[in-house]
Amino acid sequence: MLELKGVSKRFGGVVATDRVTLDVAQGEVHALIGPNGAGKTTLIGQISGALAADAGEIGFLGSDITKAKQHERVKAGLARSYQITSIFKRFSVLDNLALAVQARSGSSFSFWRPVAAEAALFEEARAIAAEVGLSEKTSSLAATLAHGEQRALEVGLALATHPKLVLLDEPMAGMGPEESARMISLIGRVRAKVTVLLVEHDMDAVFRLADRITVMVNGRVIATGSPEEIRADTEVRRAYLGDELAA
Amino acid sequence: MKPAIVLALLACLFPLAMQAMDQDFYISFATRVLIYAMAAASLNLVLGYGGMVSFGHAAFFGAGAYIVGILAVEGVSSAWLAWPAAVGVAALAALAIGAVSLRTRGVYFIMITLAFAQMMYYVFVSLKAYGGDDGVALPGRSSGFGVDLRGDLAWYYLVLALLGGVLYLLHRLVHSRFGRVIEAIRENETRAAAIGYPVYRYKLLCFVISGAIAGLAGALIANQSVYVSPSLLHWIQSGTLMIMVILGGVGRFWGGPLGAVLLLTLEETLSGTQMLGPYSMHWQLAVGAILLAVVLFAPQGIAGLIARRRGA
Repeated sequence: MLELKGVSKRFGGVVATDRVTLDVAQGEVHALIGPNGAGKTTLIGQISGALAADAGEIGFLGSDITKAKQHERVKAGLARSYQITSIFKRFSVLDNLALAVQARSGSSFSFWRPVAAEAALFEEARAIAAEVGLSEKTSSLAATLAHGEQRALEVGLALATHPKLVLLDEPMAGMGPEESARMISLIGRVRAKVTVLLVEHDMDAVFRLADRITVMVNGRVIATGSPEEIRADTEVRRAYLGDELAA
Repeated sequence: MKPAIVLALLACLFPLAMQAMDQDFYISFATRVLIYAMAAASLNLVLGYGGMVSFGHAAFFGAGAYIVGILAVEGVSSAWLAWPAAVGVAALAALAIGAVSLRTRGVYFIMITLAFAQMMYYVFVSLKAYGGDDGVALPGRSSGFGVDLRGDLAWYYLVLALLGGVLYLLHRLVHSRFGRVIEAIRENETRAAAIGYPVYRYKLLCFVISGAIAGLAGALIANQSVYVSPSLLHWIQSGTLMIMVILGGVGRFWGGPLGAVLLLTLEETLSGTQMLGPYSMHWQLAVGAILLAVVLFAPQGIAGLIARRRGA
């Protein structure tokens, strides 16, 4: 579904991603793990189109999207969430989600009709809110939500664009165990409809959810395989997993 | 829209009351206020709703005025020709300036819009055929609409009707899909792009619509004074419009019009000798103090203050 071939990015002298080759198959949860600074978020930026690739090719659903703009990629069914919560804080939860629904349903170069009268947008937004567990909070301003709820909205915004592939950048960042469990079950439900590329530090979640895992270190992919293969890989253990899994 | 009806009624009755009291001068003053209300409302669309701090809005205002002025001097006095031309030229100027400026952000955007406006200012200063520095007087007001626009009363009501039309259009616009996207871009441009909006196009179109409305306001101010000069494009004019928006309420629907009423009324009362006596020449000091107080104690402007009072 998503194919990366030799994708690279350098910032000045720093190589953030170095000839990354990666395949995400339709229907899978593919985890991308690696130590801080491995280039995971940069890679997400390149896949989503926020950052241009210096070299390499990105294919999505059989077409080359290397040069496609970010909004064209969203139209094609590729959405992302952010590691650092990025929501519309002065909008209500429902307005946040309706805005994301609006992006992929009809033209937004519409200047006359009140958006509030578009029941279909808000119905769909309500459904997304229910899916991410924010049914009770739809009229709250996003800024007033608790951290875990903001993270749920963060993921909800990505899902509301109806992606075929969603790139989740550390959805569980800063969450307590209860909130994490809720997020894990959300991703578990979402995977039935949407392919997931998951960047996550919570190894518990990764090994529970992932069909396949790719490990990045210093901008390079050092291994890709099933959770068992990754667990057994000596290089991965040495470079990253270390004691965490040996224990 | 209840307060809108009250305001509209007051605006309709105002000149009749002034006439009854033999204070005809205030009809002309009120017309000027209405025109600036339109210009400030157009600035509030980009500044308040779109989050684009344009410091060159006078360029579109002045361009609209000059188009009407130049056409009038050349013998084209029909409002049906001159005013759409003014709006069109202002929109084109906004398209060109916006296309370049909107590639920058923050302080750079402020500076580049200012620079473009000052460039246009010097273009009109150098137009010797149309008075250069001194500007040029129009042979008369535009003709059209089946009424004699030389009469202050007819002119007032025409301007009021146009302002009403523009405000209605803006009200529809900011509550439409497009308006939501514009506000979303102001709130979080990165995320707006990530959920699939080509933000540059939205910002540019918003900038052009705003410029076009400022152009219409410019066409009206040229008719109001029957005179145009480069000072209409000067950066101080851009600053004045910005002060109106800040006083009235950035991103508040009534912010622009309220700010225009407030600032021009302050200017009118404080610069006269009745209020401040011999100190009236320093009236700008008083306006500055009031602006400071608003920014400190009512950062959402007068419109924000009223909204809070009404619990909205």
